[in-house]
Amino acid sequence: MTRILIAALAGGLFGAGLLVSGMTDTTKVQGWLDVFGAWDPTLAFVLGGAILPMMLAWHLTTRRERAITGETFPARPDPRLGHNLIVGSVLFGAGWGLVGLCPGPAIASLSWGGTGGVTFILAMIAGMLVAKPIRLRIDQIAAA
Amino acid sequence: MIPMDWIWGLVGGLMIGTAAAIFLLGNGRIMGASGLIGGLVDRSGWGNWPERAAFLAALVAVPALMLPLYNVPVSTNITSNLGIVIAGGLLVGIGTRLANGCTSGHGVCGISRFSLRGIVATVFYLLAGGITMVLFRHLLGVI
Repeated sequence: MTRILIAALAGGLFGAGLLVSGMTDTTKVQGWLDVFGAWDPTLAFVLGGAILPMMLAWHLTTRRERAITGETFPARPDPRLGHNLIVGSVLFGAGWGLVGLCPGPAIASLSWGGTGGVTFILAMIAGMLVAKPIRLRIDQIAAA
Repeated sequence: MIPMDWIWGLVGGLMIGTAAAIFLLGNGRIMGASGLIGGLVDRSGWGNWPERAAFLAALVAVPALMLPLYNVPVSTNITSNLGIVIAGGLLVGIGTRLANGCTSGHGVCGISRFSLRGIVATVFYLLAGGITMVLFRHLLGVI
Protein backbone atom coordinates (compact mmCIF):
# COMPACT_ATOMS: atom_id res chain seq x y z
CA MET A 1 0.00 0.00 0.00
CA THR A 2 2.82 2.42 0.86
CA ARG A 3 4.35 1.75 -2.54
CA ILE A 4 1.11 2.69 -4.28
CA LEU A 5 0.72 5.88 -2.22
CA ILE A 6 4.31 6.92 -2.95
CA ALA A 7 3.75 6.21 -6.66
CA ALA A 8 0.60 8.37 -6.64
CA LEU A 9 2.43 11.17 -4.80
CA ALA A 10 5.28 11.08 -7.32
CA GLY A 11 2.91 10.90 -10.32
CA GLY A 12 0.79 13.79 -9.03
CA LEU A 13 3.77 16.03 -8.31
CA PHE A 14 5.26 15.12 -11.72
CA GLY A 15 2.01 16.13 -13.42
CA ALA A 16 1.77 19.37 -11.44
CA GLY A 17 5.38 20.20 -12.33
CA LEU A 18 4.77 19.52 -16.02
CA LEU A 19 1.76 21.87 -16.03
CA VAL A 20 3.46 24.62 -13.98
CA SER A 21 6.65 24.49 -16.09
CA GLY A 22 4.76 24.89 -19.36
CA MET A 23 5.91 21.53 -20.73
CA THR A 24 2.35 20.47 -21.57
CA ASP A 25 2.29 23.35 -24.08
CA THR A 26 3.63 22.04 -27.39
CA THR A 27 4.59 25.54 -28.54
CA LYS A 28 7.07 25.87 -25.64
CA VAL A 29 8.70 22.50 -26.43
CA GLN A 30 8.86 23.19 -30.17
CA GLY A 31 10.09 26.71 -29.34
CA TRP A 32 13.04 25.17 -27.47
CA LEU A 33 13.87 22.79 -30.34
CA ASP A 34 13.48 25.55 -32.95
CA VAL A 35 16.97 26.99 -32.57
CA PHE A 36 16.71 28.84 -35.91
CA GLY A 37 13.28 30.32 -35.14
CA ALA A 38 11.95 32.24 -32.13
CA TRP A 39 14.05 30.21 -29.70
CA ASP A 40 12.50 29.66 -26.25
CA PRO A 41 14.98 28.62 -23.53
CA THR A 42 12.32 27.63 -20.94
CA LEU A 43 13.00 23.90 -21.31
CA ALA A 44 16.59 24.39 -20.13
CA PHE A 45 15.27 25.86 -16.86
CA VAL A 46 12.88 22.92 -16.48
CA LEU A 47 15.54 20.27 -17.09
CA GLY A 48 18.07 22.11 -14.92
CA GLY A 49 15.52 22.49 -12.12
CA ALA A 50 14.58 18.81 -12.33
CA ILE A 51 18.17 17.56 -12.29
CA LEU A 52 19.07 19.37 -9.04
CA PRO A 53 16.81 17.41 -6.61
CA MET A 54 17.69 14.19 -8.42
CA MET A 55 21.43 14.78 -8.00
CA LEU A 56 20.78 15.02 -4.27
CA ALA A 57 18.57 11.91 -4.39
CA TRP A 58 21.21 9.83 -6.20
CA HIS A 59 23.74 11.01 -3.62
CA LEU A 60 21.44 9.86 -0.81
CA THR A 61 21.15 6.38 -2.39
CA THR A 62 24.88 5.90 -1.72
CA ARG A 63 24.27 6.44 2.01
CA ARG A 64 21.38 4.03 2.41
CA GLU A 65 21.08 0.35 1.68
CA ARG A 66 17.46 0.40 0.59
CA ALA A 67 14.56 2.64 -0.33
CA ILE A 68 11.89 3.54 2.27
CA THR A 69 9.69 0.64 1.16
CA GLY A 70 12.60 -1.79 1.44
CA GLU A 71 13.28 -2.04 -2.28
CA THR A 72 16.85 -2.04 -3.52
CA PHE A 73 18.01 0.95 -5.56
CA PRO A 74 18.36 0.56 -9.34
CA ALA A 75 21.79 -0.71 -10.37
CA ARG A 76 23.82 1.35 -12.80
CA PRO A 77 22.84 0.30 -16.33
CA ASP A 78 25.20 -1.51 -18.67
CA PRO A 79 27.56 1.29 -19.76
CA ARG A 80 27.62 0.01 -23.37
CA LEU A 81 25.51 2.33 -25.47
CA GLY A 82 24.27 -0.03 -28.19
CA HIS A 83 22.57 0.78 -31.48
CA ASN A 84 19.04 0.68 -30.03
CA LEU A 85 19.81 3.60 -27.68
CA ILE A 86 20.94 5.74 -30.61
CA VAL A 87 18.27 4.66 -33.15
CA GLY A 88 15.54 4.91 -30.52
CA SER A 89 16.61 8.35 -29.31
CA VAL A 90 16.72 9.69 -32.88
CA LEU A 91 13.21 8.35 -33.63
CA PHE A 92 11.90 9.69 -30.31
CA GLY A 93 13.46 13.11 -30.94
CA ALA A 94 11.89 13.28 -34.40
CA GLY A 95 8.42 12.51 -33.01
CA TRP A 96 8.95 14.93 -30.12
CA GLY A 97 9.85 17.68 -32.58
CA LEU A 98 6.94 16.94 -34.94
CA VAL A 99 4.27 17.33 -32.26
CA GLY A 100 5.99 18.86 -29.21
CA LEU A 101 4.84 16.16 -26.78
CA CYS A 102 6.84 13.48 -24.98
CA PRO A 103 5.22 10.65 -22.95
CA GLY A 104 4.93 12.43 -19.56
CA PRO A 105 3.25 15.64 -20.78
CA ALA A 106 1.05 13.65 -23.21
CA ILE A 107 -0.48 11.73 -20.29
CA ALA A 108 -0.53 14.75 -17.93
CA SER A 109 -2.57 16.80 -20.44
CA LEU A 110 -5.09 14.01 -21.13
CA SER A 111 -7.96 15.91 -19.44
CA TRP A 112 -7.62 19.02 -21.63
CA GLY A 113 -5.67 17.75 -24.66
CA GLY A 114 -8.79 17.06 -26.72
CA THR A 115 -8.96 14.78 -29.76
CA GLY A 116 -5.39 15.61 -30.77
CA GLY A 117 -4.03 14.64 -27.37
CA VAL A 118 -5.94 11.35 -27.27
CA THR A 119 -4.88 10.54 -30.85
CA PHE A 120 -1.25 11.16 -29.90
CA ILE A 121 -1.51 8.84 -26.86
CA LEU A 122 -3.16 6.06 -28.93
CA ALA A 123 -0.49 6.34 -31.63
CA MET A 124 2.23 6.29 -28.95
CA ILE A 125 0.73 3.12 -27.43
CA ALA A 126 0.60 1.54 -30.91
CA GLY A 127 4.26 2.49 -31.38
CA MET A 128 5.17 0.91 -28.05
CA LEU A 129 3.41 -2.31 -29.11
CA VAL A 130 5.32 -2.59 -32.40
CA ALA A 131 8.66 -1.62 -30.83
CA LYS A 132 9.54 -5.18 -29.87
CA PRO A 133 9.51 -6.69 -33.41
CA ILE A 134 11.31 -3.58 -34.68
CA ARG A 135 13.99 -4.06 -32.01
CA LEU A 136 14.46 -7.71 -33.08
CA ARG A 137 14.80 -6.63 -36.74
CA ILE A 138 17.37 -3.95 -35.86
CA ASP A 139 19.33 -6.50 -33.83
CA GLN A 140 19.32 -8.87 -36.83
CA ILE A 141 20.59 -6.12 -39.14
CA ALA A 142 23.27 -5.09 -36.64
CA ALA A 143 24.43 -8.69 -36.19
CA ALA A 144 24.65 -9.34 -39.96
CA MET B 1 14.04 41.25 -15.80
CA ILE B 2 13.83 37.47 -16.05
CA PRO B 3 10.77 36.30 -18.04
CA MET B 4 8.11 34.71 -15.82
CA ASP B 5 8.03 31.66 -18.11
CA TRP B 6 11.63 30.86 -17.17
CA ILE B 7 10.85 31.17 -13.45
CA TRP B 8 7.79 28.94 -13.79
CA GLY B 9 9.97 26.53 -15.80
CA LEU B 10 12.47 26.38 -12.95
CA VAL B 11 9.74 25.96 -10.30
CA GLY B 12 8.01 23.24 -12.34
CA GLY B 13 11.36 21.59 -13.01
CA LEU B 14 12.13 21.48 -9.27
CA MET B 15 8.71 19.85 -8.74
CA ILE B 16 9.44 17.26 -11.46
CA GLY B 17 12.86 16.50 -9.94
CA THR B 18 11.36 16.23 -6.45
CA ALA B 19 8.75 13.79 -7.80
CA ALA B 20 11.53 11.68 -9.31
CA ALA B 21 13.46 11.85 -6.00
CA ILE B 22 10.38 10.66 -4.06
CA PHE B 23 9.94 7.73 -6.46
CA LEU B 24 13.61 6.79 -6.22
CA LEU B 25 14.06 7.14 -2.44
CA GLY B 26 10.58 5.81 -1.66
CA ASN B 27 10.14 2.92 -4.08
CA GLY B 28 13.66 2.44 -5.40
CA ARG B 29 12.42 3.12 -8.91
CA ILE B 30 13.47 5.37 -11.78
CA MET B 31 10.70 7.79 -12.73
CA GLY B 32 10.61 7.28 -16.49
CA ALA B 33 7.26 8.06 -18.11
CA SER B 34 7.81 5.91 -21.21
CA GLY B 35 8.93 2.93 -19.10
CA LEU B 36 5.99 3.24 -16.69
CA ILE B 37 3.51 3.40 -19.59
CA GLY B 38 5.33 0.91 -21.84
CA GLY B 39 5.53 -1.74 -19.11
CA LEU B 40 1.73 -1.74 -18.96
CA VAL B 41 1.25 -1.55 -22.74
CA ASP B 42 3.46 -4.54 -23.60
CA ARG B 43 2.87 -6.26 -20.25
CA SER B 44 6.62 -6.43 -19.50
CA GLY B 45 5.98 -4.52 -16.26
CA TRP B 46 2.74 -6.26 -15.32
CA GLY B 47 4.18 -7.53 -12.02
CA ASN B 48 3.85 -4.11 -10.37
CA TRP B 49 0.85 -2.78 -12.30
CA PRO B 50 -0.85 -1.20 -9.24
CA GLU B 51 2.16 1.07 -8.68
CA ARG B 52 2.25 2.03 -12.37
CA ALA B 53 -1.51 2.60 -12.51
CA ALA B 54 -1.44 4.77 -9.36
CA PHE B 55 1.40 6.86 -10.78
CA LEU B 56 -0.38 7.38 -14.12
CA ALA B 57 -3.80 8.05 -12.55
CA ALA B 58 -2.31 10.80 -10.36
CA LEU B 59 -0.35 12.12 -13.34
CA VAL B 60 -3.68 12.72 -15.12
CA ALA B 61 -5.77 13.75 -12.09
CA VAL B 62 -3.57 16.32 -10.32
CA PRO B 63 -3.02 18.66 -13.31
CA ALA B 64 -6.74 18.28 -14.16
CA LEU B 65 -7.64 19.45 -10.63
CA MET B 66 -5.22 22.39 -10.94
CA LEU B 67 -6.79 23.80 -14.11
CA PRO B 68 -9.30 26.01 -12.22
CA LEU B 69 -6.32 27.81 -10.63
CA TYR B 70 -5.51 29.29 -14.03
CA ASN B 71 -7.50 32.33 -15.07
CA VAL B 72 -6.34 31.96 -18.66
CA PRO B 73 -7.38 28.98 -20.85
CA VAL B 74 -4.82 26.18 -20.66
CA SER B 75 -4.10 24.50 -24.00
CA THR B 76 -1.58 22.05 -25.37
CA ASN B 77 -1.71 24.04 -28.64
CA ILE B 78 -1.24 20.70 -30.42
CA THR B 79 -1.34 20.79 -34.22
CA SER B 80 -4.72 20.11 -35.85
CA ASN B 81 -2.96 18.01 -38.53
CA LEU B 82 -3.88 14.50 -37.34
CA GLY B 83 -1.42 12.89 -39.78
CA ILE B 84 1.44 14.71 -38.03
CA VAL B 85 -0.01 13.81 -34.60
CA ILE B 86 -0.19 10.10 -35.49
CA ALA B 87 3.29 10.06 -37.05
CA GLY B 88 4.72 11.84 -34.00
CA GLY B 89 2.97 9.53 -31.55
CA LEU B 90 4.19 6.40 -33.36
CA LEU B 91 7.77 7.72 -33.45
CA VAL B 92 7.68 8.64 -29.75
CA GLY B 93 6.27 5.20 -28.84
CA ILE B 94 8.74 3.19 -30.92
CA GLY B 95 11.72 5.43 -30.13
CA THR B 96 11.31 5.55 -26.36
CA ARG B 97 10.92 1.75 -26.14
CA LEU B 98 13.96 1.10 -28.35
CA ALA B 99 16.01 3.61 -26.33
CA ASN B 100 14.54 2.43 -23.02
CA GLY B 101 13.71 5.93 -21.94
CA CYS B 102 12.51 9.43 -22.74
CA THR B 103 12.97 12.94 -21.36
CA SER B 104 12.17 11.93 -17.77
CA GLY B 105 14.12 8.64 -17.57
CA HIS B 106 17.19 9.48 -19.68
CA GLY B 107 17.01 13.25 -19.27
CA VAL B 108 16.09 13.91 -15.64
CA CYS B 109 17.07 10.64 -13.95
CA GLY B 110 20.01 9.71 -16.21
CA ILE B 111 21.85 13.02 -16.46
CA SER B 112 21.56 13.62 -12.69
CA ARG B 113 23.35 10.28 -12.20
CA PHE B 114 26.03 11.22 -14.75
CA SER B 115 24.94 8.15 -16.72
CA LEU B 116 26.65 8.01 -20.11
CA ARG B 117 23.58 6.31 -21.61
CA GLY B 118 21.29 9.07 -20.34
CA ILE B 119 23.58 11.84 -21.58
CA VAL B 120 24.08 10.25 -25.04
CA ALA B 121 20.33 9.57 -25.43
CA THR B 122 19.55 13.19 -24.48
CA VAL B 123 22.08 14.56 -26.98
CA PHE B 124 20.60 12.42 -29.78
CA TYR B 125 16.93 13.19 -29.11
CA LEU B 126 17.66 16.90 -28.78
CA LEU B 127 19.61 16.87 -32.07
CA ALA B 128 16.89 14.86 -33.81
CA GLY B 129 14.23 17.24 -32.47
CA GLY B 130 16.20 20.28 -33.66
CA ILE B 131 16.77 18.79 -37.12
CA THR B 132 13.06 17.91 -37.33
CA MET B 133 12.21 21.57 -36.69
CA VAL B 134 14.58 22.70 -39.46
CA LEU B 135 13.20 20.16 -41.96
CA PHE B 136 9.49 20.26 -41.17
CA ARG B 137 9.06 23.88 -40.06
CA HIS B 138 11.64 25.88 -41.97
CA LEU B 139 12.04 23.82 -45.18
CA LEU B 140 8.67 22.09 -45.61
CA GLY B 141 6.55 24.43 -43.49
CA VAL B 142 4.19 21.71 -42.25
CA ILE B 143 4.58 22.17 -38.45
